[in-house]
Amino acid sequence: MIELHELSKRYGDTLAVDGLSFQVPRGVVTGFLGPNGAGKSTTMRMILDLDRPTSGRVTIDGKRYGQLSEPLKYIGALLEAKAVHPGRTAYDHLLWLAQSNRIPARRVNEVLDLVGLGSVARKRSRGFSLGMGQRLGIASALLGDPEIVMFDEPVNGLDPEGILWIRNLMKGLASEGRTVFVSSHLMSEMALTADHLVVIGRGRLLADLPMPEFIRQNSRSAVRIRTPHVEQLHTALAGAGLRAETGPEGSYEVVDGSLAGIGELAAAHGVVLHELSPQQASLEEAFMQMTADSVEYHAGDGEGRDAAGAWGAAWHPRNGRQAAN
Amino acid sequence: MTPFPAILQSEWTKIRSVRSTVWTLALTFVVTIGLGALLSFLTGSNFQQFGENGRSPFDPTGTAFSGIMLGELAIIVFGVLAVGNEYSTGMIRLTLAAVPQRGTLLTGKAVVLGALALAVSLVTAFLTFFVGQSLLGDHSTALGAPNVLRAVLGAAFYLTMLCLFAAGVTAMLHNQTMALGVLVPFFFLLSPILSAVPKVKTLAHYFPDYAGQRMLLVYEQHGQPYGPWTGFFICLAWTLAALVGGALVLRKRDA
Repeated sequence: MIELHELSKRYGDTLAVDGLSFQVPRGVVTGFLGPNGAGKSTTMRMILDLDRPTSGRVTIDGKRYGQLSEPLKYIGALLEAKAVHPGRTAYDHLLWLAQSNRIPARRVNEVLDLVGLGSVARKRSRGFSLGMGQRLGIASALLGDPEIVMFDEPVNGLDPEGILWIRNLMKGLASEGRTVFVSSHLMSEMALTADHLVVIGRGRLLADLPMPEFIRQNSRSAVRIRTPHVEQLHTALAGAGLRAETGPEGSYEVVDGSLAGIGELAAAHGVVLHELSPQQASLEEAFMQMTADSVEYHAGDGEGRDAAGAWGAAWHPRNGRQAAN
Repeated sequence: MTPFPAILQSEWTKIRSVRSTVWTLALTFVVTIGLGALLSFLTGSNFQQFGENGRSPFDPTGTAFSGIMLGELAIIVFGVLAVGNEYSTGMIRLTLAAVPQRGTLLTGKAVVLGALALAVSLVTAFLTFFVGQSLLGDHSTALGAPNVLRAVLGAAFYLTMLCLFAAGVTAMLHNQTMALGVLVPFFFLLSPILSAVPKVKTLAHYFPDYAGQRMLLVYEQHGQPYGPWTGFFICLAWTLAALVGGALVLRKRDA
């Protein structure tokens, strides 16, 4: 298990990671979500002891990374796909890595086959496509058959087939009981793969909760109603145990109501309806709302904020283990 | 802790599996022997023309090692590439994730690099000597002559130390291009020029290349600041300083 305790990293004047504390639960896929520049990669580099924290600490199974004996057997990471010498073959690239942690050479062929690079094992990686580079990076992460795997933005720049492959791979790894910690800036991607969610913005923890809970809290659907017979509507709804909240521009919204049910209810009470429409806020919108204040650069008054604004103030951090600050 | 032999094996695989490192090392061998052979041949066949100037005793060993200026350049590039290609590709992060003990890692790298450079340099030095002597004909010397064996071995150690010096400087600069940009002009231009400038040359005489080349001298030269063994230790001190500096930077810095 990866545990972060009050982890901070300062680069000059900027605090890239700011008092981050959370645990990556065992045996599930944990999505590490945040806008670009939120500090995800910095945090991952600190987990691997590549960057030294300004304060705080990270432990893996209770030990500092540097104390792990042959660390590739505990934790495998894909940080950047192109961290490969272009003149070295895929096989040799994995071979030196394997030798450094006393992993048998036959494991190199195993992981190459596993990621579908078996046929280009003896080719120099110079000619590899982005997707092949990504697969080679994943092969290096899986080389030591580690309990924990960590991927930094693994689907970036991949074609749909590659994205699907990585998605299934992560689910497969978790189903084998491994801990998968994967960063992304796309909520939609995480909604499909992650069991648990850690959201950061500007280096701070914004949310740390199971994915189903995040969905429950954030994907409330509502039925929007517009009617000239306001009084009768409220009475009819109250009779059915429902309650309408004031919506935008003189409309009303019934949370958790069904479209058909409310339509029939209105008809039975002779309430004239000018609008009866489903309202759904996507997880993407919820995520953008959550991180709106922590995004470093907005696209003017462009889409980003508007989309988030559509959900308005409906998202409130609740329950779960929310950010301490 | 990662066992040291595992690091050595891994570093050896890194060096042998990339063409550029293999080629620069091969180039060290070829240019040192080739250029030495060419000059030995020219000297041997034209000895009458420029041998009679009453200059200090003719040095057949030095003639055979005429190519060492280019050989040292190739082995410096080898030292830079062996360390620097990890930085230029970002592979250093993978390396440090696999072996987080950074001091031990650089030690392992230096051992592999040093052993390989020494092996190649020894073969190069002895072959250079024998090829050169065979082409010098009547004017050749033998390995048993005074100071000659020391000079031949000195050439091998000189090349090895320059390689490790370059590796250490590259680790300090953590940048391959910058390391080449500093080391190549320094050894090829700056140091030879400065060691000929009257006042500055006292300082330039303590540069690693000038110091290391003292080991190659068979005859005592006029106005030499120090002997071959002092030269050896000055060069060694530079090498160790560069490696220690590289280790300190590697340990301290974010990768």
